[in-house]
Amino acid sequence: MSSWTPTAPRPAPSNTVGFVAWARANLFATKLDTALTLLAFTLVVYVVEAIFGWAIIDASFTGDDRTACLKEVQGACWPFIEAKFGQFIYGRYPDAERWRVDLVFLSGLIGLIPMLMPNVGFKRANMIYLLGFYPIFAFIMLNGGMLGLATVDTTDWGGLLVTLVVAITGIVASLPLGILLALGRRSDLPIVRALCIGFIEIFRGVPLITVLFMASVMLPLFLPDGINFDKLVRCLIGVALFSSAYMAEVVRGGLQAIPKGQYEAAAALGLGYWKTTHLIILPQALKLVIPGIVNTFIGLFKDTTLVLIVGLFDLLGIVQLHFTDASWATPETHITGYVFAGAVFWLFCFAMSRYSIFMENHLSTDRTSS
Amino acid sequence: MLLQALVLGALVLAMVWLVANVQSNLERQNINSGFGFLSERAGFGINQTLIEYSEDSSFARVLTVGLLNTLLVSVLGIGLATVLGFVLGVARLSSNWLVNKTAMVYVEIFRNVPLLLQIMFWYFGVLRNLPSPRKAVSLGDAVFLSNRGIVVPALEMTAAAWWYGAALAVSTTAYFWLRRRARLLRLADGTAQSIWRPVSMIAMASLAFAALLGGVPFSFDIPALKGFNFRGGITVIPEFVALLLALSLYTAAFIAEIVRAGIQSVSKGQREAAAALGLPDNTALRLVVIPQALRVIIPPLTSQYLNLTKNSSLAVAIAYPDIVSVFAGTTLTQVGQAVEIIFITMMIYLTLSLLTSFAMNRYNARIALVGQKS
Repeated sequence: MSSWTPTAPRPAPSNTVGFVAWARANLFATKLDTALTLLAFTLVVYVVEAIFGWAIIDASFTGDDRTACLKEVQGACWPFIEAKFGQFIYGRYPDAERWRVDLVFLSGLIGLIPMLMPNVGFKRANMIYLLGFYPIFAFIMLNGGMLGLATVDTTDWGGLLVTLVVAITGIVASLPLGILLALGRRSDLPIVRALCIGFIEIFRGVPLITVLFMASVMLPLFLPDGINFDKLVRCLIGVALFSSAYMAEVVRGGLQAIPKGQYEAAAALGLGYWKTTHLIILPQALKLVIPGIVNTFIGLFKDTTLVLIVGLFDLLGIVQLHFTDASWATPETHITGYVFAGAVFWLFCFAMSRYSIFMENHLSTDRTSS
Repeated sequence: MLLQALVLGALVLAMVWLVANVQSNLERQNINSGFGFLSERAGFGINQTLIEYSEDSSFARVLTVGLLNTLLVSVLGIGLATVLGFVLGVARLSSNWLVNKTAMVYVEIFRNVPLLLQIMFWYFGVLRNLPSPRKAVSLGDAVFLSNRGIVVPALEMTAAAWWYGAALAVSTTAYFWLRRRARLLRLADGTAQSIWRPVSMIAMASLAFAALLGGVPFSFDIPALKGFNFRGGITVIPEFVALLLALSLYTAAFIAEIVRAGIQSVSKGQREAAAALGLPDNTALRLVVIPQALRVIIPPLTSQYLNLTKNSSLAVAIAYPDIVSVFAGTTLTQVGQAVEIIFITMMIYLTLSLLTSFAMNRYNARIALVGQKS
């Protein structure tokens, strides 16, 4: 008895597979498409060639001062970055004490990486480490003055260190503050509600730079004689208040999306206001607005650059400061410095936005979309 | 009730404490208070003024000049960012792979780099690096790029311009009259009538008539190098160019994403239904897709416009004479009355924000779905 063997399927017509077919469908589908493709192709080739030529072919890679970057056709001046790299990361933090900053960076990463990976356990212990132990540890290590560590004044902090300190403090402070403000805005108590609305609308209506001016010029006037904060701390307060107003609006969006039935079900179970909020409403609301929260974080991270206007030296500020160094004054120093700082900021922001997309998919319990 | 009374009481106490502190601090540091300084002589120059201004003008005049400069860069920036943003947003939806990816790369680069850095890049990195006026890059000997800014020919109207104005008025009136007539006709018996042919004929005829009577309506004041700088023409200061460029390029990336999300939110069935009704593609786009997409686009677009206006305050970093730079900066250092100056500045931005969001909310309410409560 011979078994039935089906004929092998014929290959697809050659004009529907492979690169040619793909290009036909995606690049040259119509006359307009062909024109657009050619236009875009010219543009891309031009830009890529210019960037490649500037960053690699015409660039200098080694040298100890400006003479390395004064060729006839000069591209990027990478030795400038190489020579100033330590400054860009630590600012004027004393050389001998930089291991303390490294230790703080490292211990932060140790807590942060497992926190960001959804499959790793011990989330509660990790949270206590990150929010309870780590800030105190980081403060003692960076500021010094105890445990036999020399005090390093915040005026000597700078570079990426200040950028990260401002951004992380802002992020950590703005989320709980924002949640409280959002709850207050939806509260039944008229005075609390009015205060929250006023706070949110004022801070959202003015530019961050005026808030920072206020923190650096006006705050000292508001405090009694003799009491004065560090400039960095004043900026931290300004940034945290500013971003908490934006965070509040994002969280409010999530709160509004929770159906009334959820509140009623919680009330039927006998839960009070705080238990309802904490156990039923917030977990659902926050999950809905993860993209918005991360966007606020990204905005905050980019906004940290504004502290340079009130005289702190974050990454951009310190790069800007080193342009005045006469031994590196070349026509290409500025652009090289900006490209370097821009690349660092871009890396952080892009990573955050990709992580938010990943988390959104991971947390999605919506069965219809998957 | 008790909780609210406590909150209110704490707030009042805090206010009293703060005001007392401010008063004692001001007294101790010998700082005046009140708004009297606004009428004093400013005594410093400003390199871009839309209204008459000299060193003898008052601080109130400084405030107006700064506000107008802020509005100028904001309005132009909003226009440019909207055009570029819509083009990029549509490109992001293109079925053309290369166009789509190019737009994506643009968006991902520009929105993930701090705006302040972009402003400084264009100003210190590019525009200030241009050659000096003597070696300026010239485009057709009429437009000159140098580290002092961009010098363009100034357009000067002659008396003949009135004839052209009249021609324009005639064509506009004809357009509205014909449009109304066509609409009435369509409502009466359903015949569609194209009005473009008669309108363009009237426009061409009236313009030709104006040209016959008046000749060339304008002349150019072409800049020329005299000594170390340019004479004639209009000089656009590099601070303005850098700020405008950075604001528009940055905000366009955000608007592109908003436009993309808006168009994607219109379900495919709507287009198919329009096609089934026999509407041509363009008409379907204009009457079916865009109105529905706008409903999703308008609210976030408004907040981008507000962001752009607020972000124009970063001008202070490159000394473009906007309100923060000349008022909360220069004036504050000269007068020292931080409380009043920061208060006025914040109030102006708040008013701008509230006015814009009020206007946009009105517009949004008009185009919102009837019966849908937001």
